[in-house]
Amino acid sequence: MKAAVITFPGSNCDRDLAVAFKAAGAEVVRIWHKDTSLPKDIDVVGIPGGFSFGDYLRCGAIAARSPIAQAVIAHAGRGGYVLGVCNGFQVLTETGLLPGALMRNAGLKFVCKSVDLRVETTDSAFTSGWSRGTIASVPIAHHDGNYTADADLVARLKAEDRIAFTYMQNPNGAVADIAGILSENRRVLGMMPHPERCIDPAQGGTDGSVLFRSLMTALVAA
Amino acid sequence: MKARVHVMLKDGVLDPQGEAVKHALGTLGFSGVDAVRQGKVIELDLAATDRKAAEAEVRAMCEKLLANTVIEKYTVEIA
Repeated sequence: MKAAVITFPGSNCDRDLAVAFKAAGAEVVRIWHKDTSLPKDIDVVGIPGGFSFGDYLRCGAIAARSPIAQAVIAHAGRGGYVLGVCNGFQVLTETGLLPGALMRNAGLKFVCKSVDLRVETTDSAFTSGWSRGTIASVPIAHHDGNYTADADLVARLKAEDRIAFTYMQNPNGAVADIAGILSENRRVLGMMPHPERCIDPAQGGTDGSVLFRSLMTALVAA
Repeated sequence: MKARVHVMLKDGVLDPQGEAVKHALGTLGFSGVDAVRQGKVIELDLAATDRKAAEAEVRAMCEKLLANTVIEKYTVEIA
């Protein structure tokens, strides 16, 4: 498996994401936002957390219009895998690769803590290593993680089994407790919690490593 | 030519910041505030000289970047 991790000005989880991919056995290349193309043989693109472009205008809005974003959109269009974590999830909604939007937390506070997530679907390369209903402890750290979608979209996400994770205790006001969603082809995952921050016992937990190992298993088998 | 873009959350989209401002105004004794919505104003200096073309251009900017039309609406004033 070959992974590309994008770095925008203001990204701060790019290195952690690269380490998580590497720990699962992936070869990782780091890509700068001004690059206009991805290496040809990339299986998965990681869009990291952080504060790309200082969250100016809207979180992820400027990054979603950066030169590399077009290459990521093309990669997804070819059926490539994309993982967007935290700010990466915001970037993915801003590009339109994932529906809905992420708004200011309902409590208006930056929330930084470990939360319990429920794995809602195992039907994706990212979540196949869990059992449905598994509770995973994964850190969150965001100010704008309040996932917003109209009733029709929420119904569609549910009907199509595209809600990947929900919060056991909603920390940000997200509709239907949604913490992460999949694209229609199930190959683009956006999530507010940080699986890359819990891959090693030294980080206080390893639940996040399941995601990276699942991806590795799925892509090596493919 | 100058353009002014107002970006607001769509009706029906909960605005937690507006709610907080409303609450704070109540705390200060302003009891008659039924609702507060918070948005942003973006001012642009344009090279364009044709009013209609300028407005069309700024609307395209709104659709592509300045507003997230999933949750936001916008109005454009050309001055």
